[in-house]
Amino acid sequence: MLNAFYHLLIRDLRLALRNRHELANPLIFFVLVVSLFPLAVTPTAEALQSMAPGVIWVSALLAVLLSLDRLFKQDYDDGSLDQLMLSPNPLMILVFAKVIAHWLLTGLPLVIVAPLLGMFMSLPADAVSVLVYSLLLGTPVLSLIGAIGVSLTVAVNRGGVLLSLIVLPLYIPVLIFGANAVDVAADGLSVKGQLTFLAAMLALAASLAPLATAVALRITASR
Amino acid sequence: MWNWIQRFSSPKHFYGMSAMIIPWFAISALLIGVYGLYLGLFVAPTDYQQGESYRIIFVHVPAAWMSLFIYMVMATSAAIGLIWQIRLADMVAAASAPIGASFAFLALVTGSLWGKPMWGAYWVWDARLTSELILLFLYFGYMALQSAIDDQRSADKASGLLAIVGVVNIPIIHYSVEWWNTLHQGATVAKLDKPSMHIDMLIPLLLMAVAFKLFYGAVVLVRTRNEALYRDRNRRWVRELIEKL
Amino acid sequence: MLEIQSLECVRDDRLLFSDLSFTLAESEVLQIEGANGCGKTSLLRIICGLRLAEAGKVKWCGESIWANREDFYANMVYIGHLPCIKGDLTVLENVRALLDTRSLSVTDHVIETALTKVGLESYDDVPGKALSSGQRRRILLAFVELAKAKLWVLDEPLTALDVQGVQLMESMILEHKQAGGSVIFTTHHGMQLDCEMRTIELGSFTHAGQRD
Repeated sequence: MLNAFYHLLIRDLRLALRNRHELANPLIFFVLVVSLFPLAVTPTAEALQSMAPGVIWVSALLAVLLSLDRLFKQDYDDGSLDQLMLSPNPLMILVFAKVIAHWLLTGLPLVIVAPLLGMFMSLPADAVSVLVYSLLLGTPVLSLIGAIGVSLTVAVNRGGVLLSLIVLPLYIPVLIFGANAVDVAADGLSVKGQLTFLAAMLALAASLAPLATAVALRITASR
Repeated sequence: MWNWIQRFSSPKHFYGMSAMIIPWFAISALLIGVYGLYLGLFVAPTDYQQGESYRIIFVHVPAAWMSLFIYMVMATSAAIGLIWQIRLADMVAAASAPIGASFAFLALVTGSLWGKPMWGAYWVWDARLTSELILLFLYFGYMALQSAIDDQRSADKASGLLAIVGVVNIPIIHYSVEWWNTLHQGATVAKLDKPSMHIDMLIPLLLMAVAFKLFYGAVVLVRTRNEALYRDRNRRWVRELIEKL
Repeated sequence: MLEIQSLECVRDDRLLFSDLSFTLAESEVLQIEGANGCGKTSLLRIICGLRLAEAGKVKWCGESIWANREDFYANMVYIGHLPCIKGDLTVLENVRALLDTRSLSVTDHVIETALTKVGLESYDDVPGKALSSGQRRRILLAFVELAKAKLWVLDEPLTALDVQGVQLMESMILEHKQAGGSVIFTTHHGMQLDCEMRTIELGSFTHAGQRD
C-alpha cells in the first residue's frame, strides 16, 4: 500500500515536472494579483501594511483555487481515474498521494514566494516569518479541502465557478486565522493561538478530507 | 422492521400520507404564527434600549434558527439517503434546500433592516450576520451542485456528501467568525441574549419559532410531494394518478 | 467465481436492462452483445463496481464485491474505452504506473518482454504522446498481460487495433482461458475465438413494461 502511495506521488510529480511551464501559472497569478493592490491604492507603507495580510492570503487562496483543476481532471479525461478506483489499495490513500503532490507543486511555491510579496506590501520582518508559517500550515488545508470540491465537480462540464462556490465558504476559517496571525504579528503580539488553530485544521483536514474525496469520486466518476 | 421502513418510505406511500398531514401543519402554523406576531408586535413591552425597532427579532431570530435547523435536517436526510439508499430521504433533502436558503435570506434581510436603527448602517460585519451569510453560500453550493449533475442519483449523493461536509464545517466556521468578530468589536453592541430576555419577549419568540417549524413542515411536505411526482414521472403510480384526473 | 444476480440498470431515466443473471466460472469466456446504447458498457462498469446498479448483486467468490473489494480488485483487471495512457510518460513508465496502483512491482526486463509480445519492442523510451491510438491500446494489452488478474473485464478491446492487434488480443484471451482465467468482454466486431464461448444478448433483458 505504501508503495502504491509513493509511486503515485512520484508519478504525479514527474508528470508535472515534464510540463514545467504549467507549474508557474498559479505562482505568477499569486504575484500578479498581490501586485495589483498597490496599484489600486495610494501605496504608502502604512496603507499597504494594514491590508497586506488579507491581500496576500486571499490571493493565495485564489491561486490554489485556480490550480485545483489539475488534481483529477486529466486522470478523469484519460481514464486513469478508473484505474485508480479499481486499485486494491484504499482509494483514500491514493487520493492523499495526489493531494500531497498537488500541494508540493502549487502550495509550496506560494509559501516560498511569500516573503517577496511581504516585501512588496511593506510587512515588517516578524510578520513575514509568520506569513510563511501560516501559509505553510494553511495551504495544505486548502489543497485538502479543495480536493473534496474537485472530486464532487470532476464530471461537471466547466465546473470551475461551481467549484469556487462550493469550496470558498469552507476556506473561510483558514483565511480568518491565517490572515489574523500575520496581522497581529505585525503588531508584535503572540500568534501561538492562531497557528495552533491552523495546525488543528490541518490535522482534521488530513484525516477526513481524503476519505470524503474518495467517497465523492466513487459517486461522481461513475459515468 | 426493515421491510416496514422500506414500505413506509416509498414515494408512493408518502404521497398518499402527506396529503392528510399537510393541512394540520399549515393551519397550526398559521394560527400560532398570527398569535405569536400579535404578542410580539403589540403586547410585548418596549425595550428600554432600542424602543420599538427591536421587534423585528420576532422574525429575524426564528428565521436564523430555522436556517440552521433546516440545514441539519437536510444533511441528515441526505446522509440517510446516502447510507441506506432511501430515495425519499434524498427527495426531502432536495426539497428542503430552497426553504432553508430562503430562511437564511430572510434572516439576513431582517437583520439588515434591524441594523439600520440599531447601528446606523444597513450592513455591519457582525458575527451572526456573517455566519448567516456563509450559511447562505453553503446552501447555494448545495443547490448549484444538485442542478449541475445530470444523473439524479449521483446528484443526490454528491450534494448529500457536500451537505455532510458542510455540517462538519458549520461549527468551525461559526467559531472562527465569532472569534474574528471579537477582535473587531466596536464600542457597544446590544445583543439580545436569551437569558437576559424578559419573559414577555421570550414567549412570542418561542411561539414564532414553533410556527416557523410548522410552516417548514407544511412546505417541505408539499415540495417533497412535487419532487416525488417529478422523479417518478415514468413510474406506474404516477401515471395512474394522472390517468385518474 | 463471478456471480451476477438480477441486475438492473437505469441510465437517464431509461431502463436499460433488468433481471439479468449469470455466472462466470474459471476458464470461461463470455461475450456481451447488443446494439449501441443498450447498456454493455454500463454492465461492465457495474461488474467492476465503478457504477451502481439500480437493483441486483454482483458477487465474487460468493461474497458481494463491496464486502470483498480488495480481493476482487486484486484479481480483476478492467480496460474501458479510454486509453489510460499519460502522454508525458514513456511507454515503460506508463506500464509501470498502471502496475504500481495494483501494488505489483516487476523488473524493467519483465515489462520489456511484455512490450515485445504486444509488438512495441523498441518503444520503451518513447513518450506516450508520440504513439498512435492503436499503439496506446497495445500498451494496455501489455498491462493486462502483466496484471496477474484472474478475471479480465474488457470493454471493446479491439478498439483502434489493426489486424495484427486483433489477432494478438484473440491469442491473449485464448492463453488466459487455457491458464484458468476468465474473460468477459463486449465488442462490435466479431471476435473469432477458437474456443468455447458463451454469448449474452443484452437486448433480450429489456422489459417493455412500466416500472412500479
